[in-house]
Amino acid sequence: MKTDLFQAMAQSIIDGDAEAAHRLAQQAIELSIDPLEAINEGFVAGVNHVGDEFACGAAFLPELVMAGEAMKTAVSTLEPEMNKRGTQREVLGKVVLATIHGDIHDIGKTLVGTMLSASGFQVFDLGVDVPIEAILAKAREVEADLIGVSALLTTTMSRQKELIRTADEKGLRPKIKIMVGGAPVTKEWVAEIGADGYSEDAIGAVKIARQLLGQPV
Amino acid sequence: MTKKIKSITNPAFELEILSPEEVQSIHSASLDIIQNVGVRFPSPKALDIWEDHGARVDRDRSIVRAPGRLIEQALEKAPPSYDLVARNPDQTLPLDGNHVFVGTDGCGVEVIDIQSGERRRSCWQDVADVARVADYLEEIAFHWVAVSAQDCPPETRGLHELRAVWENSSKHVQTESVYSEEEARAAVEMAAAIAGGREALHQRPVLSIMQCTASPLGQDGGSLEAALIAAEAGLPVGFMTMAACLTTGPATMAGTLAVGNAEVISATALIQLAYPGAPVFYAAAQTASDLRTGAYTGGGPEDFLFGAATNQLSDFYNIPLSMGSFATGAKEPDWQAGIENSLSTFMASAAMSDMLLGVGLLHGSRIWSYEQMLMDCEIFNVVHKMMEGIPVNDETLALEAIQTVGPGGNFLAQKHTREHMRDVYVPQFLDRRPYNVWEAKGDGPRDWARARAREILATHQPEPLEQKLSTEFQRIIQSLEKE
Repeated sequence: MKTDLFQAMAQSIIDGDAEAAHRLAQQAIELSIDPLEAINEGFVAGVNHVGDEFACGAAFLPELVMAGEAMKTAVSTLEPEMNKRGTQREVLGKVVLATIHGDIHDIGKTLVGTMLSASGFQVFDLGVDVPIEAILAKAREVEADLIGVSALLTTTMSRQKELIRTADEKGLRPKIKIMVGGAPVTKEWVAEIGADGYSEDAIGAVKIARQLLGQPV
Repeated sequence: MTKKIKSITNPAFELEILSPEEVQSIHSASLDIIQNVGVRFPSPKALDIWEDHGARVDRDRSIVRAPGRLIEQALEKAPPSYDLVARNPDQTLPLDGNHVFVGTDGCGVEVIDIQSGERRRSCWQDVADVARVADYLEEIAFHWVAVSAQDCPPETRGLHELRAVWENSSKHVQTESVYSEEEARAAVEMAAAIAGGREALHQRPVLSIMQCTASPLGQDGGSLEAALIAAEAGLPVGFMTMAACLTTGPATMAGTLAVGNAEVISATALIQLAYPGAPVFYAAAQTASDLRTGAYTGGGPEDFLFGAATNQLSDFYNIPLSMGSFATGAKEPDWQAGIENSLSTFMASAAMSDMLLGVGLLHGSRIWSYEQMLMDCEIFNVVHKMMEGIPVNDETLALEAIQTVGPGGNFLAQKHTREHMRDVYVPQFLDRRPYNVWEAKGDGPRDWARARAREILATHQPEPLEQKLSTEFQRIIQSLEKE
């Protein structure tokens, strides 16, 4: 019975079916199944399956994103029950994401957020056009391990440098690592401004985030 | 000496990949989107204009929902043709539907240094150097700002770039790098200085302005306000969608066309509502995102199809088109660059897109390469030759010469051959040498292109900009930097 339910949970993630994931999560609560067990034995198996399929070239990015969204739904459905039981899902790390002040381009940043949260990070996405102060304040508030900041324009890219300088001045680093991204960002720019990492795409960003937090890639 | 500008005109054939019914369907879908889903216009000024004309405006979310009739009536006010005026009047470009002109691509962030071959960050001098080479080349009709002048302050960078181009070329400049109201005001002032005053600028728009939309279904506030300033001054204004299948557009090409079209025609309608009859153009560089990474690709069959389809949309609205072609996703001038830039440019040309953007950038418009620039010109020359088609008449059928030569023999020594041999295409950057020569020399088209660019840079003297204009430009820029 439980095995069937767990299998259905995994399948809902593989199908990227958020509605089914929500329904199955509720069912688990009704059956008094430990929500952590439901996540780890059920839903995570689906995430891993899609990840493996992607790694060998059989799945594509939209499937990863849909699996990620379904996973997010399942976890948020189970969250009240976890709180009730005083348990917590183990997260790989806390990440604050934003597109820098003056810049409204968000597709890449949002995609990085989806991939990170699907991989087990807790993501605080502050959206676009976010002032440096607000990014750092949020990072302190949630005790973030990592900040990710995006820019598409060469004119706003310079604010990535400002963010890093300000973070240094406030003594937030090296405790908090800073990743940068966006079309004009190059590895030379990353070296110049002293960022901890960058990636040209969202899958790579997960790898870098894991590396920066000393986790197996 | 700057040569006469080369353009595709009076084509022997024209490509139409969409039926009139399909164009109408895309148009109807876009109107439906604008009316019911809405488009984001994050600018109080733009929202005021929409509200004044009866559109539904959600101030909290900056979303505009406008009835189809309002959009259609506004678009009808746009002039179907006008000139992109150049500092040198001989280089003025008629956007009349019967010319295809090529510009430089923009806006890259790195340059393959022409002397060292090293990749490095772009600076002001690179903007100037690219402009000077482009000024020389007959294939290049107008400029975009090819690379970012990253050694200039961000707030006035777009103006420093304009000065760099105007000081090094007498051709028309279309900037894609001015996207704030303050910078647009200053850019208008610079253009007016060349044209001979604000009034004269309406007749002689030596500058045009291209703004990007923010797909899906959004605009950038600074871009909108810059565009309104430019339109008021009489500068041609265009909005470019870069909607990409899978990410900023639906997975299907028709859906991505409908989304991008909604962005472009809503912004264009705004300009017409504010300044009826202002010269505007349609701009587009749609693509498909990479299925594996979601990244911008800069090439592929979807790009080529979008290149052919979009001119049918701009024709439907009866305004000129600035179409993204070239601009390969390849990392260096290689096989991928060749296939992508050739097919995108052929398809966009065969549909008679008015402006093609543009030559010279690699890696999805990030890295400038002079080699690629020159080889892109070769691609345009090949397409130009193809678009002439095959003239068939008594003279070209050459029956007399055929009779003289008869079976066997050859045509090399015929008078007819001497008269027509220059109709045959002569490449600059295709290797047709004997195998042993290629083997012995060990060089190739990329080396020749680089050498040619070096030679142009070392020798070409553009028509100088009057010193007093340069001084005036610096004054305008400095006054903004002091504030």
